[in-house]
Amino acid sequence: MNSYHTQVLEPEVDGLDPVAPARLEVTRRDFFKTLGGGVMVLFLVPAALAQEGGVRGRGGRGGGGAAPAEISVWIHIGEDGTVTVFTGKTEVGQNIRTSLTQAVAEELRAPISSIKMVMADTDLVPYDMGTFGSQTTPLMASQLHRVAAAARGVLLDMAAEYFKVDKASLTIADGKIFQTNANRNQAVSFGQLTKGRKFTKTVDNSTPVTPASEWKIAGTSVPKVDGREFVTGRHKYSSDMKLPGMLFGKVLRGPAWRTRMLSADTKTAEAMEGVKVVRDGSFIGVVAPDSLQAEYAVNAITAQWSDPPADQPTHRTIFEYLRNNVTAGGGRGGVGGRGGRGAPPAPAAAGQETPAAEGAAADHTLKQTYTVAYIAHTPLEPRAALADWKEDKLTVWTGTQRPFGVRTELAQALGIPEASIRVIVPDTGSGYGGKHTGEAAVEAARLSRGAGKPVKLVWTREEEFTWAFFRPAAVIDVASGVRNDGTITSWEFYNYNSGSPGINSPYRVPNPVAVSRSTATPLAQTSYRCLAATGNNFAREVHMDELARLLKMDPLEFRLKNLGDSPTDNCLRAVLEAAAKAFGWGTVKASGGRGFGIACGTEKSGFLATCAEVLADTASGTVKVVRAVTAFDCGAVVNPNHLKNQIEGAMVMGLGGALFEEIEFEKAMITNPHLADYRVPRFADIPKIEIVLLDHKDLPSAGAGESPIIGIAPAVGNAIFDATGIRLRSMPMIPDGLKG
Amino acid sequence: MPKVKELYVNGKTVPVEVDGERSLLSVLRDDLDLTGAKYGCGEGQCGACTVLLDGNPVRSCRTTAGEVGKRKITTIESLEKDVQLHPLQEAFLKMDAMQCGYCTSGMIMSGYALLLKSRDPSEAEIIRSMSGNICRCGVYQRIMAAIKDGARALQNK
Repeated sequence: MNSYHTQVLEPEVDGLDPVAPARLEVTRRDFFKTLGGGVMVLFLVPAALAQEGGVRGRGGRGGGGAAPAEISVWIHIGEDGTVTVFTGKTEVGQNIRTSLTQAVAEELRAPISSIKMVMADTDLVPYDMGTFGSQTTPLMASQLHRVAAAARGVLLDMAAEYFKVDKASLTIADGKIFQTNANRNQAVSFGQLTKGRKFTKTVDNSTPVTPASEWKIAGTSVPKVDGREFVTGRHKYSSDMKLPGMLFGKVLRGPAWRTRMLSADTKTAEAMEGVKVVRDGSFIGVVAPDSLQAEYAVNAITAQWSDPPADQPTHRTIFEYLRNNVTAGGGRGGVGGRGGRGAPPAPAAAGQETPAAEGAAADHTLKQTYTVAYIAHTPLEPRAALADWKEDKLTVWTGTQRPFGVRTELAQALGIPEASIRVIVPDTGSGYGGKHTGEAAVEAARLSRGAGKPVKLVWTREEEFTWAFFRPAAVIDVASGVRNDGTITSWEFYNYNSGSPGINSPYRVPNPVAVSRSTATPLAQTSYRCLAATGNNFAREVHMDELARLLKMDPLEFRLKNLGDSPTDNCLRAVLEAAAKAFGWGTVKASGGRGFGIACGTEKSGFLATCAEVLADTASGTVKVVRAVTAFDCGAVVNPNHLKNQIEGAMVMGLGGALFEEIEFEKAMITNPHLADYRVPRFADIPKIEIVLLDHKDLPSAGAGESPIIGIAPAVGNAIFDATGIRLRSMPMIPDGLKG
Repeated sequence: MPKVKELYVNGKTVPVEVDGERSLLSVLRDDLDLTGAKYGCGEGQCGACTVLLDGNPVRSCRTTAGEVGKRKITTIESLEKDVQLHPLQEAFLKMDAMQCGYCTSGMIMSGYALLLKSRDPSEAEIIRSMSGNICRCGVYQRIMAAIKDGARALQNK
């Protein structure tokens, strides 16, 4: 298992699989040597599709041979019957270790406990672009269904040979194959069949699988497969890893972003007991026998730094800055746009209702601006890595959503080939889209190389807040026209900076305009659970509420009126109606500071509607979200309990960005890099949450860890308006309490 | 700061040789391999590092090894006895009260400390006792349910 250079995969003598040899990035002979014999089934993605499918295509390499293809996942059924799945996906709390196990258990008709998942270890698993975009369920799970279904077919063939009967007379259940007729009642285990074999089969998307309507293990609430490891504290995260002789690292940081080190004096640090200073270009770090000594040592270094760039905006001036620093998508019909007509409109005058000039048949038009602040992912486990530099091999344990991407980063940063680097991602203390890169991994590797010992580096919370990435801030302008009967006649939507996810309105409007404009950005920004979709849905759904109020229409009725009758419109209608029913929408009118709000949206092939009830007190400025209901449709449900857990969690996370989370910055520095100053949701902030699942067994399962975040902010904002008449158009809505 | 020579951890006196200025969290994790308690913020704000000192929950990231003295330290590793989970641990599993699990040790230790004092805590009491613990995955509602369920199980024991 030392390398994965392209080799011709030849059918084994023993093989029953007639598939032609294909160039595959795996050394199968080593594979069987390591794991022993058995049955191996691999999923092949044609290289041409691999790019789209989240798998890197490598068709060009090597040339010749069969059609280029890439392995995306494989399973191995060992000679003892153990089923092992090898996937590059990472577990960061979305419970895919469990859901992917369910896919395999379902197709193999085997117990959950008989299946082992090997995940995100670059020496053991096939290449994977990363765990993001809610692609694990629609892609990886579906591939695993096919791989395991094919493995079931192989085992049944082997059993037919074993019993010397027709395959049709066999049944497979509980990890065994049964042969039952008048004379015989026998069972054979997977291990009995695979013993002494070395059989390989490749499958693709054409392999048939069990339809969701017949699922017995998939589609059920299987508990977290390794839950016991977590409730006992036994699970080892990257930050818990330890090696003999390991030292603790600490990195010298500048006073602000985009500053350069001019000089540094490390003498005092070098003289400290057990301390070694590691310099590598402009990088300076220390290692020490314990983390406190490392902290003392790094604090003992004096360094001069260049000044940060001038004219940096602050969190107070950021929106003006974004609007004035457009770099792309300036005209209509830019990224995500549909128009292409002339210059961008002037910034909307807040609250201004303009005459119906554009929307030909509009009785009212409305222009509003909505803003979204920078927020931090704040994963509870900060970036961490343990690096072990050896002459011929670098091994790094780190929490990332892109183990292979981090391997590439390490290779580039350290000037060594990827083949001599192994990145292992233990199940990680969350990511939310913020752990795509390998900063801590690279730093730990530099320190380990410099120290000649394994080094662990755990970022402090302050480092995580300051030197990681943020969800992009946004300015969103919306201009619309409506008729008195509630028909939307025109729709223009301009997003500055945060991007196009969720930018297109699901409502039926002729010739809508949706434009995403790139801008210069003062902070390092990256992906985030649903990224721009949260802000774009907030802007649209608050604007919808404003239009409904303008027309004195019920906000639910107004939304339903503007949906069409396509299948997707019907999905959205169904979740709106389901949420409204469970919530009791319209049964109680706002009074005494109590108000109700509704919002809906579609994202990543999921449909949702959220209703919220708030209690707002304008005198004290407090807002309590009392109750929230989300109805959700993501196709065939894989694990109802875990799905509900994800939806609840997304709603709670969304509540933070909706109400109070905001990164503050000034003079190129984060000024609230502590949990004492950056408020995330806590127990007291949590509403009573109810989830309604619309299990759509006839539709493929969509990823669901992200999309349920988009409904809560507009639902709560609209409820605050219902309760108080105060319209809030900036996320977070009440960082300093409600102001009348 | 003088060296700390021993700590009383999970029912045993354990010899150590550490700078008294070091955090209890670091000593538990790095010297004693008790990695159940986690570093989350180092400022006593998130509760991931919660352990008990003489039955009271403390933030071990803000407690120095030197100030512990002879007090009894209880960590998550001691809750399971003879392969038998504590009812609160069982309740966390039953309610699926975790996602990434990084906060779980601290949540269970804060909940455990509460249940030592109150066999039947009200919702308001639970919120008050747990307010120092953050779950970024947002599993709060399930943790509430787990603590209530754990309390019921303890009452019936």
